[in-house]
Amino acid sequence: MHAILTTIFERLAMAVLTLLIVSVLIFSSVALLPGDFAKAVLGQSATPATVIAFEQQIGLDRPATERYFDWLAGAVRGDFGNSFASRPGAERRVVDIIGPRLRNTLTLAGLTAAIAIPLAISLGLLAALWRNSWYDRIINAATLTTISVPEFFVAYVLILLLAVKFPVFRSLSTVRPNMGMVETVENLALPVLTLTLVIIAHMMRMTRAAIIGVLGSPYVEMAKLKGVSPLKIVLRHALPNALAPIASVVAFNLAYLIVGAVIIEVVFVYPGIGQALVDAVRTRDVPVVQACALLFALTYIFLNLIADLIAIGTNPRLMHPR
Amino acid sequence: MIIDPKAQEVLLNIIDLQIEAEADDGWHPIVNGLSLTLRRGEVLGLIGESGAGKSTIGLASMGFTRPGCRIAGGQVIFNGSDLLKLPKRQLRSFRGTRIAYVAQSAAMAFNPARRILDQTVETAVNDMARPRKEANANALDLFRELQLPDVEQLAHRYPHQVSGGQLQRAMTAMAMSCRPELIIFDEPTTALDVTTQVEVLAAIRKVVAEHNTAAIYITHDLAVVSQMADRVMVLRHGKEVEQAPTREMLSSPRDAYTKSLWSVRQMHKPAEPRQDVVLEIRNIDATYGRGAIKVLDNVSVSVPRGRTLAIVGESGSGKSTLARVVTGLLGPSAGNILFNGVALPPVLKSRTSEQLRQIQLVYQSADTALNPRQRVRDLVGRRLELYFGMAGREKERRVGELLDMVELGSRYVDRFPGELSGGQKQRISLARALAAKPELMICDEITSALDQIVQGEILKLLTRLQRATNVTYMFITHDIATVKTISDEVVVMNRGKVVQQGPKDSVLSPPYPDYTERLLRSVPEIDPDWLNRLLAARQ
Amino acid sequence: MKILSEHPATNLKRSSKTIAVILRRATPSAWFGAAIIFLYVLVAIFASHIAPYGETEVVSSVPYGPWTQQTFLGTDQLGRDVFSRLIFGARNTIGISLAATMITFVVGVSLGITAAVLGGSVDMVVSRIVDAIMALPQLVVILVMLSVVGSSVFNLIILIGIAGATNVFRLARSVSLNVTVMDYVEDARMRGESLVWIVFREVLPNILPTLVAEFGMRFCFVVLTISALSFLGLGIQPPTADWGAMVRESATLISYGDVTPLLPAAAIAVLAIGVNFVVDWFLHCASGLRDDH
Repeated sequence: MHAILTTIFERLAMAVLTLLIVSVLIFSSVALLPGDFAKAVLGQSATPATVIAFEQQIGLDRPATERYFDWLAGAVRGDFGNSFASRPGAERRVVDIIGPRLRNTLTLAGLTAAIAIPLAISLGLLAALWRNSWYDRIINAATLTTISVPEFFVAYVLILLLAVKFPVFRSLSTVRPNMGMVETVENLALPVLTLTLVIIAHMMRMTRAAIIGVLGSPYVEMAKLKGVSPLKIVLRHALPNALAPIASVVAFNLAYLIVGAVIIEVVFVYPGIGQALVDAVRTRDVPVVQACALLFALTYIFLNLIADLIAIGTNPRLMHPR
Repeated sequence: MIIDPKAQEVLLNIIDLQIEAEADDGWHPIVNGLSLTLRRGEVLGLIGESGAGKSTIGLASMGFTRPGCRIAGGQVIFNGSDLLKLPKRQLRSFRGTRIAYVAQSAAMAFNPARRILDQTVETAVNDMARPRKEANANALDLFRELQLPDVEQLAHRYPHQVSGGQLQRAMTAMAMSCRPELIIFDEPTTALDVTTQVEVLAAIRKVVAEHNTAAIYITHDLAVVSQMADRVMVLRHGKEVEQAPTREMLSSPRDAYTKSLWSVRQMHKPAEPRQDVVLEIRNIDATYGRGAIKVLDNVSVSVPRGRTLAIVGESGSGKSTLARVVTGLLGPSAGNILFNGVALPPVLKSRTSEQLRQIQLVYQSADTALNPRQRVRDLVGRRLELYFGMAGREKERRVGELLDMVELGSRYVDRFPGELSGGQKQRISLARALAAKPELMICDEITSALDQIVQGEILKLLTRLQRATNVTYMFITHDIATVKTISDEVVVMNRGKVVQQGPKDSVLSPPYPDYTERLLRSVPEIDPDWLNRLLAARQ
Repeated sequence: MKILSEHPATNLKRSSKTIAVILRRATPSAWFGAAIIFLYVLVAIFASHIAPYGETEVVSSVPYGPWTQQTFLGTDQLGRDVFSRLIFGARNTIGISLAATMITFVVGVSLGITAAVLGGSVDMVVSRIVDAIMALPQLVVILVMLSVVGSSVFNLIILIGIAGATNVFRLARSVSLNVTVMDYVEDARMRGESLVWIVFREVLPNILPTLVAEFGMRFCFVVLTISALSFLGLGIQPPTADWGAMVRESATLISYGDVTPLLPAAAIAVLAIGVNFVVDWFLHCASGLRDDH
């Protein structure tokens, strides 16, 4: 028991360390901003006085390390400072901008994950069970196609088919704070469908590959020689040993749902956090960019940590040392 | 073991079996019209070199082929049904319950993610619908019969927590759990140490005899097959060479090939006395894991020039570690080494090019020792470039000479290792080492991964090379027969310590220190009563 | 220990593969993929000769014009020929993607193999740094850097190139680790070979198949990334023709049932599908997984 706790603790410490390094990277990359970005934010016709006031406002007159720790301390509390779009008298806190967006993205991600993950793993298991059959070959070609095409292609095709030609769903996904469950689902149907198609393909292929990889092991041959049925071989011999890579790919795709769904958000004009990041990049709204980047990093590191822990948990050599 | 073979009915009848394997250019036959008969309770030994098809035939007796192989013809009649014509579901029901298989490596055959007991009773519970409690109790009984220690504890362990010999016996229990009529043992002790092997052989023989199970015992080791089988069949290139009851086969083999298999064990080289010392290993300690595990403990060995020093021991004895210390791959934590009277820098990085040249290491498995993407010309020629600055035609000529020395010839110059056989690859390894004109060659189990006949050939080659170049060999091995064949002096190691060293004749004759005695006694002899005598002596 | 067979014929998977053998095993999907790649490369190289009009040439005063004989696929929002811009888009996208992928590979592979060969503290430090960079999803890293340096073609190539190098580093390192444990690498060390020799002459030739497959996949990924960035308005800037930007510019047409936005999107899709089919077949070949029972 002692050994696993040490390993878990090590992994956790590594995750926190990585997060810190990433925060430094995020912060310092923005410190590389070319000098006249103040003008880019305020507009070309800004007077020198306004520029200096602005720079004071965002604290560029203080040393970098001091600014970093301030920012980090604030971030831990949940306060990411003010957006560059705020003006004296009309302050806009970063948290207020990002908060609702994050909630929206999480809703979309949650709905998609609930459908896509179980579906992908089951389909992957079936494909591994019936490998090289017609079912497998068709699925292989279909998923290969889906992961090759850009997401906006899938999105627009679905819109064309399901919102324009045959008006089943809405093509714009608006979200209001007090929407009921049914209305939410109706509005989000198309983006959820698009995202599901995009991530199912990847997870399915990896599940199939992981299981087939394990099926080549000597103990699977032994199971065949013991007369174990193909279904039991996949479920009781292969799957337990394939959990680690499957968990890894699920974590990756979960992270994608939160972080990489920005294209989908733009296509469906869905107010998510990906869109917030893109807008902030375009307007050089540094505090928002930093906050979004940090949140994304946190998500990614956290999900990878879970996948790592699952890999450790399913490895008997680590769980029960000699 | 049975008394009157004719009284028992025929259990397995293989008629004209043909099996093909797939290569890039189509299907090639690997088993060519093999027939055999096995009666209830009888143990048949299948013996032959690798590539002879023994494993393939063993698996085919269950109606199974590995990916890349297919059964092209013939019949496998088990208790009246032709396994090759049965529908898949029925064939599956035979496996594990009526015919069982014991693999070569138990560590690989057990699922690492499930407990031992769980896997052992899997077939009994699923296919024979025995209640789990009964099956578990049954399995524990089998573990006890096979003389496993602490059966309750062991059953609930995971495979990696248990030693190789114990796991092999657990696998035998797994095979026996449904009381099958036939068990196929596929080289079950090949991967085990000699001293562990004895226990497993005794256990298998006992359990097979008590339950009157028929068995096919596959091995390449003549001494082992003579302990286990009633009848022996010799295979070559997928065909039967000869077949006879064990004692008859051993006392009067008829075919020339069979006789050549036997002759390997009879080679002996008279030991030559030493002249001067080329390498002096003094009080070496070595550790792994930042000083946690001591793998060498105060080891001192003196290596005579121009002679062969055999270092013999089982796995974990430290013999390979000693080689790594001498070559500089592992730095010792204490002690020093003198080469030609001069202190050798402990670590590779601090040695001169000349020092690197003079000591060469040849590996056990030529599969991993030769870069598969380099041709023979580059593999052998690189040392000529590095140490002697040779290039162009001069290098080409010298490479040809070296290939002649190892009895291959310059037509192999353009080949890749993948196109060579095991023995040929090992010769290339030797040529590569010789290219450096070394004074000392460390041979780390270089014949252990080869067939017996090829082993003999390589050993003869080594002797010829030594006579021609006066090179010194440090020959590391676990095989006593090889030691008898090739060495002038012997060092026996156990658990990182030197147990005994001296000229061959004095080490290999009594009186022995305890470990040496145990080691020598555990080596199977080509005598059907050897195991019986050993077990009797133990009581 | 495994006993090596004396008969090369039974060491089935180790014979060297000739071109003829490889071609015989090509599946229809692989041929299809190869044909697509070939077609696209031709179009990219001979773009200026094939396209009926210039990249930024305004040919019609009618924006979003219909499909006519002069303008096969209609005109875009500024009256430029869509067909010509698609062709020039091929040249731009493939050129930029190829450049970025090559940077990715040169950097990622050399660092990856070196880390595997050197091992120890060098490996640990570099791996930690790469892990930290990879803690951020690639798109985000690129977006953050773009917000700092701006979206010029040069910046895009360098940023996407370096961002992808982390994945390739991991892959190269992990397959190299399988090779560095081999005795022949240890033998090279014992001969006193230099680091450069070990990395490029001992390890690299043995991991080429995996790297080739990864190159194909990376290339696809870069194409998709550039299109995504252009779609968001942060990638290749107008008036340079780029498929992603073209989708963005005509996006509103979808609500009218017009398929124009799907054309550049389809161009991207078909290229990626073609490359993926070839890579998939290649991996299937190299792994040698056969039908089993």
